[in-house]
Order: sequence, then C-alpha cells, then structure tokens
Amino acid sequence: MQQAVYIAGKGAISCIGKNVQENSSALHEGRTGIGPIRYLHTLHATTFPAGEVKADNDELAAMAGWTGTNSRTSLLGFIAAREALQEAGLWEGNRIRQNMNGRRLRIGLISSTTVAGMDLTENFFPGFLDNSASGKLRFVKQHEAGATTERIALGLGVKDYLNTISTACSSSANAIMLGARLLKAGQLDVVIAGGTDALSKFTLNGFNTLMILDQQLCQPFDKQRRGLNLGEGAGFVVLVGDETAKLLGGSYKVKLAGYANANDAHHQTASSPDGTGSFLAMKGALEMAGVSPEEVGYINLHGTGTQNNDSSESIAIQRLFGNRYPAMSTTKSFTGHTLAACGGLEAIYSCVSLEEQVLFPCLRIQQPVIDDPGVVVTSLRQVTGLRSILSNSFGFGGNCSSLFFSLT
Amino acid sequence: MNRDQLVEELKQQIIEQLNLQVKPSDIVAADPLFNEGLGLDSIDALELIVLMQQKYRIKLANAEDGPKVFQSVDTMADFIIANQTPQAG
Amino acid sequence: MFINGASAISPLPVFDAVSAGVNVVPVLTQRGKVTEPDYGSLIDQKLIRRMSRIIRMGVATAMDALKQAGIQDPDAILTGTAYGCLEDTGIFLKRLVENKEEMLTPTAFIQSTHNTVGAQVALLLKCHSYNNTYVQRSHSFELSLMDARLWLTENPGSSVLVGAADELTDYSYALLERFAQFRNQWGGEGAAYFLVQSESNSASWARIEQIYTLFQPDLEEITAFATKLSEEQNGIDLLLSGMESGDVNADQYARIHGFIGEDIPVIHYKQYCGSYPTATAFACWLGAFWLKTGKVDAGSLQLNAPKRILIYQTDSMGYHSFILLKSC
Repeated sequence: MQQAVYIAGKGAISCIGKNVQENSSALHEGRTGIGPIRYLHTLHATTFPAGEVKADNDELAAMAGWTGTNSRTSLLGFIAAREALQEAGLWEGNRIRQNMNGRRLRIGLISSTTVAGMDLTENFFPGFLDNSASGKLRFVKQHEAGATTERIALGLGVKDYLNTISTACSSSANAIMLGARLLKAGQLDVVIAGGTDALSKFTLNGFNTLMILDQQLCQPFDKQRRGLNLGEGAGFVVLVGDETAKLLGGSYKVKLAGYANANDAHHQTASSPDGTGSFLAMKGALEMAGVSPEEVGYINLHGTGTQNNDSSESIAIQRLFGNRYPAMSTTKSFTGHTLAACGGLEAIYSCVSLEEQVLFPCLRIQQPVIDDPGVVVTSLRQVTGLRSILSNSFGFGGNCSSLFFSLT
Repeated sequence: MNRDQLVEELKQQIIEQLNLQVKPSDIVAADPLFNEGLGLDSIDALELIVLMQQKYRIKLANAEDGPKVFQSVDTMADFIIANQTPQAG
Repeated sequence: MFINGASAISPLPVFDAVSAGVNVVPVLTQRGKVTEPDYGSLIDQKLIRRMSRIIRMGVATAMDALKQAGIQDPDAILTGTAYGCLEDTGIFLKRLVENKEEMLTPTAFIQSTHNTVGAQVALLLKCHSYNNTYVQRSHSFELSLMDARLWLTENPGSSVLVGAADELTDYSYALLERFAQFRNQWGGEGAAYFLVQSESNSASWARIEQIYTLFQPDLEEITAFATKLSEEQNGIDLLLSGMESGDVNADQYARIHGFIGEDIPVIHYKQYCGSYPTATAFACWLGAFWLKTGKVDAGSLQLNAPKRILIYQTDSMGYHSFILLKSC
C-alpha cells in the first residue's frame, strides 16, 4: 500500500513576512507586501511595484548566520528551509537532525529556482563585458541553479540527496511532487521541498519585454486586471511518510493527497485559450487523490493577474468544475508573483487555510473574473468543514502542476 | 525616404529582427504577417513593438494595438508615416 | 530499464552513427563545439529561427531518439541541464547592460529559461505528458534518469524520453577558463536523449542496470558502493571514465578503478566530448552504442561482445555518479 505524505513542517519568507507566522498574519489582516522597489537597483524602481522581502542581503545573512558572498536566492531559501525543519523537529543546534531514536534518516533537499544567483551575476556582468578578465569570480560562483541549492544543502547539512528543478513558475510545485514520489518509493525518509527566487533585474526586465507587468498594484482574477507584479521569496515544506511520522511523533493535520504535472504544449510563454495544461494538471491531481471535483473546498489559484493566465485558468476550472465552482482566490495579490517560490509559498498558505479553517482573499477585486457570487473570495472568510484545497502553479514552457492538500 | 523605400526597409528589418528564413522579395507587402501569412506570433509582435520604437521612435502604448498595426508591411508603413515625428528618420 | 532509442550531438560527429558509423577518435581542440547535423527534417522551420544551439541540439536528439524507437507521444519528457540556456541568457544580459534596461526584446528572455529544451520538445510533439527539468550541476542527467526509472515503476508499460543538454558560449568559456576549468582538458558541450522503457525489443540498445549518485560522500560510503558493485556484477568489461587530462581528482578515479578491478580497460570519454557537467549523457550514449553494435572500437582499444560498461564521473565539488550499462 502506498503511504500517505504529510506536511511535517513549513517555512516561508516573502514580502509579507520573514516566517510563516508573519505571512499568516498579513494574510489574515489583508496586508499586501507589494510596493515601490527599495532594495533592487533598477531603472524601473519607481515604475513597477514589486513584492520585495523587507531586508537587504546583510540583514538576511545575519538571519541565516552566513558570511561571505551569497546569492539572495540562497539566503532566502536557507531561511525558509531551516524554519520548515524547525517546525518538523528536525533542527538541532545549527544543523539538521539526522538521527532519530537511533535511526539514521535519509534526508533529501529538492529546491527549485528560475534565477538562482542571477542577482550577483547581473552586477558582475557590466565589468566583465568591458573586460573579460575583470570582476571577482565569487560573484558568478552561484550563477548555476544547482549551486544555490548546494549552498542551502551545505548550510542545512543535507547530503543524502539534493536536486534542483527549474520549470519556470511551476518549479516548486514540481519539487513537492517529486519529494512525495521519492517518499512513496521508499528512497528517502524526509524531504525538504520547495523553491526560492530573488527579485532580479533580469526577470524584471524580462517580464517587462512581455508587457505583462502592472504599473499599479496588481488585480489578479479581476476583469479589469492589467498584469502581474513580481515578488520574491522562498517557501519550503518538510514532507514525511507514515513511518517517519511515527518516528517523529508528530500529529500532522495536512497531507498531500494528490499531484499532477502536465504540459500545455501550446506556446513557449502563453497559455492555451482552452487551458488544456491547467485542466489536465488539476484533473490529474484529483484523480490521484480519488476525489471528485465537488469535494474540492477551495482553489489557491495560480492567478498571476495577466490577461492570458487568468482567462486560461478560469476556463480550465470551468471545464473541470462546470458551474459548481469551489471558492477560490489568489494570494499573489499579497506577495506578487514569486516565480519558482510560488508553489512552495502557496502550499504553505493552503496548509494554513486548512489548519485554521480560513480562506484568504484576492485583494483589490472590483469585478471578479467569475461572476457567481461568493466564488472569488474578496475578504477574509472563516469557514467550517473545509477538508481540501487544490493549489495551482503554471509556467512558461507550458509547465502546469497542481497539488491537492487535505486534512488528515 | 518615400513609401516604397520604407516598405523595402521594413521587410529587411523584420527579417533581421525576427531571424526569419526568407528573402525580402518573399514578403508581399499587403499579405498578413501573422498566423497564415509568415506565421508570426505574439512574441514577434512584441519584437516589432521594440523595432518601431528603436528605428522609428514610435511607441505603441499597449500590446493590444499590435494586431492592427502589424497586420501587414503595408499597415506598418502607413502607421509609421502617420505617426512619424519630424526629427525621426 | 531499457534504452530503446538514443541520439547524441557532440563535438565528435556522432549524430548519424547508427546509419553511417562513427570513427571514435580524440577531438583535438581547445574549445569544443558540437558538430551539428542538418536540422531540416527534424525541426519545423518556423520554430528553429528562435532556437539557440542548446535548444536545437536538444530538440533534434530528442526527436531522433523517438523516431528510432517508433514512439510519437512519450508518457514523460525529462531533461537535465547544468547551465541551462546560456546563449540566450548572455544575449539578454548584454542588452540589459548596454541598453541600460531599456528597449529590450522578449525572445532571448523567454528562451533563456532552463525548461526551454523540454518545453520545445513537448510543443513540437503536442505532448501533454509529465514534463520536468533537473538542474543539479553534474548530476542533472543522472537525476533525470533516476526520475525516468521511478516513473517507469509507477506507470508500468509507459515510455520516457530522457536526456541532457549543455552549451558552451563565449561568455561561459571565458568564465570557466578563469575558474581554471580548461587548463588541461578542453571545454565541451553536447546533447543526448534516450527513449527508455521497462521492456526490451528488437531495437533495444542496452539496459541501464544501475544509476547511483553521491554528494560529498565519506570515503567509506563510496568504497562500500564500489565494492558492492564489483561483487554483484559478474565482471565489468569497460570503465568509461570521466577523468580529464591532468585531473585534480586523478587519485579518486584511480581508487574507483582499483575497486572494480585494475585490469579492466578504461576509456576517458571527455577526449571525445570535452569537459562539461552533463558529459555523462554522452558517455551513456557511447556505451549504449558499443553495446548495441557489440563491439568497443576506440582506436587502439578493441573489445568484442562487451557485456557491461560502467560510467563513473566525479568533480572537485564532490559530485560522484555511476551508471552501469548492460547489453541486451
């Protein structure tokens, strides 16, 4: 029999808070973290609002207890992953706890990122372009995606398995999915899975070329939406199976009951008009969990705020749910689009929703994309009997993934 | 530069900007550029917006104007002539 | 799991090896560039115009591997790349700096994401299957293979397209040279894709018997694995070693060679493909090719009817990997 996969720990850092508690408070209070750019040095600082983590790299390094030159992506990732391990009771002193009741746990880190150490590379590059012998090499050492994960793994003390996924905005959902598969296959006992991305000039300018950045605060899942705001951050969960759960003695409230990854195969950046990839991902996740669409209590939407995504995603939802919509909202109105981190962060917000029986709103909604009253959550909603949540993450390259969480 | 010259220049620039595997003479100025024509897509439209800005100093305010302006080389030429400021060129 | 179709593009001209054969001789260069085939029949002309070298060679080898295996709609597409799409990343970065964040165009940016190769393959095939991209340095290919193995276990009867691609660009060459990467071994690049299934057929190349990775292991850990491997296996015929000329890890390579048997012949595959993190994908293609043709033919070294070929690679960052191939 395949074992269940439990969420044993959560770690989050984003523009709305530097840990899960702070993130949760901002979500409860309806406080967005998106605003004028303060930390990233860019020409567009006053043009495009963004969701920056409210700390410079020195402050993050102090939080992490790190010295030397480190990518902001590595710092954010380490801080969130460590918090997740602390909640799971797997952090001891300043390292991961590898042994439990005399048993050596096989522990893996599956991170994900799209920009990795680009925040350092893009500052190294002007000098390098002038003269290829100039610039300090330590500023490109973490350029590789795998290098940022390696830095996090060494900081945590994880060596049994490390991996990085880079499938654009669906990256961390795929990391969590792989983590669950490795646990079920018995290859690992504990998996720390999620993603991390720092805001960078590379991504800000890249999204600007696509003309999908909103110059105001974004209004995802609103008919008047104008585009997305970028964010940054990291979200990691600690996943364990039945056996490790017993060993850790935790009574976990939330399990990952289903997941699926599908490809839209329509266009390199745009989602298909009929939402095929999103539809298949959601459908696959529900099938794995063995539940029908009616049993979904809430959807944490990918909901970026672009014309294309929100239209494609709502059509996919309509295809799957007909007119019997579950409640839904997108927390990107709080955090901005955190790219590789969004699947991890939103998995955590989904867990908080299940644990506390509360639905977080889409901020700034005037005319929701789905007209049916009450479907798009526009203010904090206390609920009873919420059993399960579907969390969507879709990305460039047609990569679509959905995770299905339920109460144990 | 007269309109014919502009049309020829545009063909050359479109080929370069979009790395098309065709010759200027393969492009018929009145034919559609997108979909069934040269098969251009939304990414090409964004490339052409930058081309208009860089070479002709004409800024398209939003991407939705693209399909109208970039319907064909002819429509692009007309748009440039109608919107060109005196110092550009 | 069985390799039922395989294709590679490398500095050594191997793309049409199945039909035309290949002369496996060291490539003499300082900076290796892949020998590209005519892509005309493999990639739609409308799509190729935006593709950088890594995307072209990745997509072409993927399509070729599928064609050989007679599969049009794989159940999973898995890609490993350590560096990702460096050419497009470099183009966008250069313009970002030179144009001071203004008047930038989208193509290089959208093609720069790590998942572009796997995404373009899906797009060409109109394939909605599971699609993933692994980017863990020199384990990127192995982690993709390990996912393929897991996928086949979870989904009996399915077929998985799995491969790796990395490109060497002007910028990465200049930078890696400053990291002293190419002091002794020339820099390389390449792409290789495999169609793998749980069952063999008449077109099978080889069986992937084991894939094993270690990160910064204790000496005992790696010793234990290598010893177990040599005991379990009834003789390894060839070691395909990632050792480079003047390799700082020469002692480690020698140690592994010692564990599996010092008298086992060894071939250093980087003399054909150059030094790059996912070179094990090329080695996997080469080993599978020799097992399929029933003959190891590399200049002075000739072996008839090889049964087992072990690929081992390590690097200074502590990544170790073993891939054991077996004849069908």
